[in-house]
Order: sequence, then C-alpha cells, then structure tokens
Amino acid sequence: MTNAPARHRRSLWFAAAAAVALTLLLPGVAAADFWTPESGGSSNADAIDNLYKFVLVIAAVVFFGVEGALFYSLFKFKARKGAVAAQIRGNTRLEIGWTIGAAVIVIVIAVATFITLPSIRNPENSGSEGLNLAASSGVAPGVLVASGPSKQLPPNGKSLNIRVNGQQYLWRYTYPDGDTNTLNNPFSYEEMVVPTETTVTLDIEAQDVAHSWWIPALGGKFDAIPGYTNYTWFKVPKAMEGKTFTGQCAELCGRNHANMTARVRAVSPADFEAFIARRKQDTKAADDAAAAQRKQVEAPAAQQPDASRTDSAVETELP
Amino acid sequence: MATTELPPTTTHAVAARSLPQIVAHKVEKPNTGWTSWVTTTDHKKIGIMYLVLTFVFFILGGVEALLIRLQLAQANNTLLTPQTYNELFTMHGTTMIFLFVVPIMAGFGNYLVPLMIGARDMAFPKLNAMSFWMLLLGGVVFYGSIFFSPPECGWTCYSPLSSSNYLPTAGVDAWIFLIHLTGISSLVGAINFYATIANMRAPGMGWGRLPLFCWAILTYAILLILALPVIAGAVTLLLTDRHFGTHFYDPSSGGSPLLWQHLFWFFGHPEVYIMILPGFGIVSEILPVFARKPIFGYKAIAAATVVIAFLGLLVWAHHMFATPSPTIVLVFFMMSSFLIAVPTGVKIFNWIATLWRGTIEYKTPLLFCAGFIGTFLIGGITGVFLAVFPVDWQLTDTYFVVAHLHYVLVGGSVFTIFAGIYFWFPKITGRMLGEGLGKASFWLMLVGFHTTFFVQHAIGLDGMPRRIYEYDDVGNLELYNLISTVGSFILALGIGVTVVNVYVSLKKGAIAGPDPWKGNTLEWYTQSPPPANNFDSVPRIRSVEPMKDIRRQIARQGESLEPRVPVASASTAPEQGLQPS
Repeated sequence: MTNAPARHRRSLWFAAAAAVALTLLLPGVAAADFWTPESGGSSNADAIDNLYKFVLVIAAVVFFGVEGALFYSLFKFKARKGAVAAQIRGNTRLEIGWTIGAAVIVIVIAVATFITLPSIRNPENSGSEGLNLAASSGVAPGVLVASGPSKQLPPNGKSLNIRVNGQQYLWRYTYPDGDTNTLNNPFSYEEMVVPTETTVTLDIEAQDVAHSWWIPALGGKFDAIPGYTNYTWFKVPKAMEGKTFTGQCAELCGRNHANMTARVRAVSPADFEAFIARRKQDTKAADDAAAAQRKQVEAPAAQQPDASRTDSAVETELP
Repeated sequence: MATTELPPTTTHAVAARSLPQIVAHKVEKPNTGWTSWVTTTDHKKIGIMYLVLTFVFFILGGVEALLIRLQLAQANNTLLTPQTYNELFTMHGTTMIFLFVVPIMAGFGNYLVPLMIGARDMAFPKLNAMSFWMLLLGGVVFYGSIFFSPPECGWTCYSPLSSSNYLPTAGVDAWIFLIHLTGISSLVGAINFYATIANMRAPGMGWGRLPLFCWAILTYAILLILALPVIAGAVTLLLTDRHFGTHFYDPSSGGSPLLWQHLFWFFGHPEVYIMILPGFGIVSEILPVFARKPIFGYKAIAAATVVIAFLGLLVWAHHMFATPSPTIVLVFFMMSSFLIAVPTGVKIFNWIATLWRGTIEYKTPLLFCAGFIGTFLIGGITGVFLAVFPVDWQLTDTYFVVAHLHYVLVGGSVFTIFAGIYFWFPKITGRMLGEGLGKASFWLMLVGFHTTFFVQHAIGLDGMPRRIYEYDDVGNLELYNLISTVGSFILALGIGVTVVNVYVSLKKGAIAGPDPWKGNTLEWYTQSPPPANNFDSVPRIRSVEPMKDIRRQIARQGESLEPRVPVASASTAPEQGLQPS
C-alpha cells in the first residue's frame, strides 16, 4: 500500500531530474561552443581555452561526484516507517580526508595554471612569414626600453607595438612608423588592421573613464584605466588571413557602453604595409586639404588693413 | 548617634533582602497599533520589521531584474533607453545587496540570536532600533533618487565614471548616502550582535555549544566591522572628489582610479561572505532537524566559517585580474581564492554527511536547503574557474560572472533565506506556512532559477559582456537570452507563490505550537510567537541541541508533563499543535 505512491513519487522525481538535465543539455547539442570560451585567433587564446577545458574536466568530476552524493542521500535516506536516524556527530578522519582532497584538487589546478601561464603571458616571436619588423618597412618594432613591469616582448625583442586608446565610446589605434611624435603616426578607429604571423603587442590606455579591451578569439580582456597602461599581445596565424575578429568594451563606461565595439582585421603583411601607406597618404592628403582650407579662410583676413579691428568685431559678435 | 547608625542599618537591610522589592504604583498599558512598532526596542519586533522591509526591497529589486530581462529578451531591443537600462541594473544590484541580502540576514539574526542563546533581548536594544531606522533611511534616500536621476554606474560605481565629470547628477550622491546610512546600520548592528553573543549566552552555553547560526552571525558581524569602515572611507573620498575639489581618484591630478577598485573590493569581497555565511548558518540549523540527526562535524563547520571569513579578507583583487597589475599580485590572489574553496567544500561535505543515514523529512525548508546545496555547488565550482586568472581574463565582466554571482547569491543566499522563512515563520507568527504552496514555490524557483542563469554561462562564453543594454544576434545569443528571460519569470512566479502563501497563512495557517518541527535550538523552547520577555526560565545548556536534551528528559520522566516546561505539551503532540495559553 505504501509502495505504490512511493514508486509514483520516485518516478516523478526522476522525470523532474530528467527535465532539468534536458534543459541543461539541449543547448549544448545545439552549439559546440556552449561550454568553452572563444579561441582560434591567437595561440594565447588557445592556451586559455585549453586551461579552461582542463578545469572544466575537473569541475565535471567534482560536480557529478558531489551532486551524486547529495541526490543519493536525499533519495536513499528519505524518512520511512521504522527507520531510525544514525546519531553520528562527525568523523575526524573523514574531515581531514576531504579537506586534503579539496586542497589537492586546487593544487592540481594551480600547477596546471603555472605550466600554461608562460604561453599565455609571454609573447612568441613573429613567424617567418610575418611582417619584417627589422627592415625599413615604415613600421617600427616595439622596443624593450618602453616596457613596464608587466609588459613583455617576444624573446627576440621585436613586435608590432600598437597603442590602443579607449574613449567614450570608441577605440583608437595608433600604429608605429618610427616617428617618435605619436601624433604623426598612422591611426584608425574601431577597426584595427594587423598582419598575420606577426606578434602584435598592445599598449592599452584610456583617456576618460575605464574601459576594457576584449576580442574574445584573440585572448583575454585587459582593462584600459586612465593613468595606467595595460599590456597584452596576440599573433594571428596565416590561416586566419582575411578574417575579422569582433569584440567590444567589457567595462561599463557609460550609456553607450553597448555600442563601443572593436574589430581586428587580419591581413597579409604586404596588405598591412599597403594599409599603413594608405593611411599615411590619406592623413597627409587630409592635412594638405585642411592647410589649403585654412589658407583660404585666412587669406581674406590677411587682406584686412587692421587685424585688431576684426578681432574686436568677432568679440562683439560673440554674445 | 542615630545619624551615624543609619547607613549601616540600611546596608544591612539591603543585604538581608534576598530579592529586590519592586513596588508598582501604576501599570502602564503596553502600546498597541502602529506606535508599538515605531517605538519598539524589542528585538523580535525589530526583527520582523527588518524581514518585512527587506522583503519589500527584494520585490522592488526583482521588478528591476524583470525589466532588465525583458529588455534583453530580444536582440537590439528598444524597450528601454540605455540610460534607463543603466539605472535599472544599478538599482537592482544595489537594492539586492545593500537593502535585501545583508539586512535580511540582520533581520534573521535580530529575531533569532537572542532566542537561540536564551537571552531576553539584544545587548543594546536602543542601538538595535537605530540600526533598523538607519536602514530604512538609507533605502528611502536611495529610492528617492528615482524622482530625479538614479545612479547609472553599476553597484560598483567605478571611478572615474562615478566622478562629477561623467555623472554630474545627484544619483551617485544618493548612492553614497545609501552606503553611509546602511553602513552605519550594519556596523551598529554588528557591534550589537557581537556583544550579545559574547556576553548573553544561556548558562552552560560555551562556545562549543553555540548554535551554528549564531556562529555564522558572529562571523558576519566581525566581517562587517572590518569591512564597512573601508567602504565608508572610500565613498567619503568619492564624495569629496565630486563636490569639494579633491582628486583621490582623478588620474589627471595624481589620483588613481585603481585606488577606488582596491578600496571597493576590500569591502566588496568580504561583503560576499557577509551575504552567504548567515545562509550557511541557516542551512546548518535546518538540515539536522529534518534529517533527525545531529549536524555532522559541528566543530569543522564552525571552524570553516571562521576560516572562510579570514580568507575572505584576502581575496579582493581577484575582481581586478584584468587591471594593470604585476603577475605576482595575480598569482597571490589566485592562490588565496583557491584556498577559500577548501573550507567551502568542507561545509558542503559536512552537510551531505548530515543527510547521510538520516531519516529525511521532505518539508519545504529541507527542500530549499537541498536546492541550496545543489545550486550553490555550481556557483562554487564556477568560482574556481574565475580564480584561475588567465581563464578569468576571458570570463570576467561577461555573463559568465553574472551567472556565477547569481548562483552564489540567489542559489546560495536567497534559497537559504527562503528556507529560513519557511522554517521560522511558525515561530514568528504562531502559524505554519502551507506546505503545498511552499513546495510549489520551491520547484518553480528551482526550475526558474536554473533556466534563467545556467544558460548565462554560455552567453558569457560566447562573448557577451555584462551591463550592455543591447546586443546583436550573433550565434545563439538571442535564443539563450530569451530562455533566460522566460526563466526569470518562472523564478518570479515562484517567489510570488511564497508571498501568497505568507498572506494566506498569516490568517488561515495551522496553529504551530511552540515546537512544530522538533527543533534543536532554544527558540523552540518558548511559545510561538514568543512573549515579550522571551523566556520565563532558561534551562541549563548541556549540548548543542538543548531541545533534544529536554525532549529526552521528558520522555524519561514517562511523558509526565512538567508545568515549568511549556514545550512539553507540544513535543508530545507535535504538528497538530496545542497552543499554550
């Protein structure tokens, strides 16, 4: 008599558990990257992905072990007629055992992190098919002298060093061209163009509020904080040539935070040099046009016999 | 001679009297109606006011959350403006943390700590009342800002976004005053808890016999005392930066935005444990009652509580792994965050061991506790992911973190709060909450919660940052977000069922009697609801489960009712409930 409702209730439990499991698993079937971060654009992003997967495996073991023990206890030790609870108050050996067990798990994860860390933190050398940073390509390599406490350059000391500047609500990229006055360097907004097989180091800064630089497939995010410079790097493999990686600001920076997007377009080194040349040409053309316009505006003013009179005229007009 | 003799005779007379003699000239009628609540210094009334007020804020914060989820239900939705959206998540986070989880724990502590340790009231009843009214003031000041311009810098209010250059409106100032007022409230309350637990325990209740909930509240109090002055200082600097021309956080004048982040998280991370440790305490009280078994590893759980609190003070910069910080700093905070997983794991193992070989009764409080363990475990595990700083570089500031923190604070704190509501409602009101509605509420909340937040891990892994008011439908983002939104309404429905349950049960619930659950701790020794003086007599405490001792003693006396022990009547006829007159 008591058996039938108990069995009925148990089947209800299993149905509920199965429903929960299904809702958890269904999207997993639908999308391969349901469980893991983005990667594929750079070796450090891949290394983070691998480290994540390692932790995920350990986490799954812990998850199923502990949830299993919990659900087993909940089902097995349900109050039944005549059942008497064991009056156990503790077990020192068990306490020591699972303390050590938990400690071992986190030590294993820590060791794995330390083993993987150099491949994530330290930039690699550029590939042989990358941009020739030594030659007079119009692109200057990053220099060790400029590196701060957490800035790292590849072992050979050569990288394409791009300055990333976060501002409400866009990103500005300044490419090196050997000119020490960075105002003269080629630049672009929102879309960064980089050569493949070339180690790109980033100096990340912000000029108003805090932002965070993040292109998921190229590695982790690094905050752009006013008054500080943050550093990261990536190297897009040749196979990714022509691909554009997207990302967006990851630190709340105001009302249009959602629209502060960033793109990184990987091109061949030759195309990159062409891009830089074109940017410089465009900038020069724009400068020239501005200079011509200024001359045009200033020319009539220069014909005025008395400059001070025009000044006062302007002033009186202002209010 | 007569004059010199007078003092000795009076002292003699005083010494001879065995009891102080009180002559009543007039008996004042106790206050009734609303004035009895406004003027009260009774810990139980203050506790009830805490519970009710914080639950109102919980509903407000919940409505804000539903609006957020509605906006995100579709890609590129235009339901809310970016400004409103930013205001909503700022209000939601601030409300849930400062006006709900932290103070509702104070509410439980207020109501239960004196009862659990056999005290008449808190150590400082008037300060206790002040704590409550400061909380109310903080809430009013903060919610007042919705009539002009609510803050829109997130509950973290990172500098320089929170400076007057970027947010000149007074919303940030309202937020600052909320921090100050609720901070004073919590600080005064924490000192009160500490003094009460340290000094007013029943005879025989040594530290080894203190209920685990009181251990949790004691640790909660110590963490508040250590962490709150830091945030009070930090927001004061922000206030002077905003209005009095200082430059503490202004990089253009030698200040540092990172200073804000360090100060904020030095408070902010202990705050997480401030929110979760009392929940751990609630679970540690409820599980043994419904497993009909002593708590497994009392000392281990108490020790783990203290260790978590200590380590909780050393992990703050794991919120800042993406900031420009030296690698050695990242390594330190990764290791300290790992360490904290160990005592947390110990607690989970002890709870499961408490269920092991018990006879588990599936009442609503037990269901919420079981749901808590299963859910919180996921939050703990994703916390380990986030502690690995290279992995955190991918996950921080995304929906993965949003999922993680809700697994910890909803799956953790909120589930324990609901367990506590169902467990102690009979003590507070004298009536039981309906079991049917309770179980319905639990299942709706559990399913709704996991539907809302599990998929958010994937949303974050797919590259969606938190705090954005719109997103493009890349991959499955829109589908995942829609699932999450549907889940949030199921969760809200579950909470609504409990609200209905409370409303119905207040008038029609079964009469509880002093000890409906066969509890272990002293609050079940007195009537439900307890009289103003709590106890007429307090028994000598001989173990961590004084009520079990008393029941055993009564059983040994052959069911003979002892008139001095009011609970005897209930323990012989539980559930049906004999209400002592």
